[in-house]
Amino acid sequence: MKAKYAIETRGLTKKFGNLVAVDRVNLKINDGELFGLLGPNGAGKTTLTHMLSTILQPTGGTARVAGFDIHDDPDNVRAAIGIVFQEFSLDNRLTGRENLDFHGRMYGMPKAQREERIKEVLKIVGLTNRADALVQTYSGGMKRRLEIARGLMHYPKILFLDEPTLGLDAQTRRVVWEQVKSLNEVEKITIILTTHYIEEADYLCHRVGIIDNGKIVALDKPEALKDKLKGDIVSIKVAEPKKLVAILRKSRIVKEAKIVRDGLHLQVDNGGKALPKLIDIIRSHGGQVLEASLSRPTLEDVFIKYTGKAIREEGPESGARRPFGMGGPWGR
Amino acid sequence: MSATQVIYTLWLREMKWFVRGKSRLISSLIQPFLWLAIMGIGMSAAFNIPGFLQFMVPGVIGMTLIFSSMMSGVSVLWDKQFGFMKEILVAPVSRTHVMLGKALGGMTVSMLQGMLLLLAAGLLVGVWPPSIIAFIQVLAFMALISLGFVSAGLAFASKIEDPIAFPVVMNFIIMPLFFLSGAFFPIGTAPDWMRAIAHANPLMYGVDGIRGAISGTSNLPIMTANFPILIDFGILSVFCAAMILLGGYLFRKISA
Repeated sequence: MKAKYAIETRGLTKKFGNLVAVDRVNLKINDGELFGLLGPNGAGKTTLTHMLSTILQPTGGTARVAGFDIHDDPDNVRAAIGIVFQEFSLDNRLTGRENLDFHGRMYGMPKAQREERIKEVLKIVGLTNRADALVQTYSGGMKRRLEIARGLMHYPKILFLDEPTLGLDAQTRRVVWEQVKSLNEVEKITIILTTHYIEEADYLCHRVGIIDNGKIVALDKPEALKDKLKGDIVSIKVAEPKKLVAILRKSRIVKEAKIVRDGLHLQVDNGGKALPKLIDIIRSHGGQVLEASLSRPTLEDVFIKYTGKAIREEGPESGARRPFGMGGPWGR
Repeated sequence: MSATQVIYTLWLREMKWFVRGKSRLISSLIQPFLWLAIMGIGMSAAFNIPGFLQFMVPGVIGMTLIFSSMMSGVSVLWDKQFGFMKEILVAPVSRTHVMLGKALGGMTVSMLQGMLLLLAAGLLVGVWPPSIIAFIQVLAFMALISLGFVSAGLAFASKIEDPIAFPVVMNFIIMPLFFLSGAFFPIGTAPDWMRAIAHANPLMYGVDGIRGAISGTSNLPIMTANFPILIDFGILSVFCAAMILLGGYLFRKISA
């Protein structure tokens, strides 16, 4: 069956009691796409992924994955997808090869095909010479790569990666990124990646959906998302922001001015040229510039614009603003 | 995806775990001999009753089987703890087959222990099924006890999340079942209320059946089984089937 989209959801919803974890999500992901779901912890990324991989029942709406309905045809969905869970899900007492062999058996692969495919996937993730060591001797990065290999064992059409680089060091993260990229480009697998690392989504994904409180609040190519925030941002720390914001709003070079915690965020066209002029204006009105910085929009700024908070590793409660001048100037 | 392949895959994994957990492997293979030596020889020396050792062997077999079987469910809790359960749950296979594979794995380990014990009883204290038929009967009862209580353990394990709580809860359940099974004292001479409780205890029918098979033509009063062997077999089979159904049902409800 040739599906129009790799994934298509309609009003997909999951409630846990009163908490709406995923709220009427409509999403279309193309065949061959490397799609990112970007959001803080608790935004609903994992819940959405679990519903699409049929291990969690939605409370409303439906979805088609690889052309199969998640309600009516869960077994076909499961056979068509590979999944790498956020937490490790390997058997530490088995070797790498045995973990892959278990997987191949569970997906009904005959012996000869299993052996052949195990060699292939081990090569893809570069674990061939550690394949016969027990998984309990593996490092975090090796475990993650083995899980990616396992996700590929049964030739899935779609691969879900739930926070694949969580807890990995910077170097290992790079290795995983390159492998994910090549899986998508060389093996032509549709990849759905969830992450709360902005740079990961920016670097890897063709399109990014920003998810917050269970809703997709923005969806486009990373570049297009950034372009929507036209211009640069000048952040200025002043003693009397309230008085100065009114004056600066009258200036022609300032497109938008906002008071943030202890200063001003000014949206301008050419930040480098605008900054000295802005300082002159402030001084001419008797104000004193304590600190000034200039930033170009990042995906993080896009994120802040749509969700009103910075993305943090600590958890959903940590939506606090970052210190002044550290970026993130689109904060409301 | 064929049922046998899924069941075999899960069974194979349990076997690898059993063989690789060296401390568990060694202790579970030595344990039957210890039970027999301490409980059997020690107690029969203390109570100078004719045939007491013969009486004790089925009880020690029943005890070994119920402990080993119920405790084997703990593998489910480790699978949940280490995330491997998600790998199992997301596979396009029947949960009932997953449960059966695990049950047969636990049963194999229990049976291995039971057979070692039977061998030890024959070699060390000379208690042995008197005929091939009796031997097959003993094996059949051991298989039913194992499969029934492994399935019960799996059913509990599907509902319990804490691997530390699991053995505590299991001991809480095993102890009364064990003491009221007729393993260490004849149920026939117990007070009425205790006999009534014992008759609701599936392990009692297992121990009674093994005792009936081993006693053969023995006419020692202490070796007299409470029920005909077919009654024991029938009731134990019903228990076993009920536990498999319950375990299979609860496995379908597990979420990772």
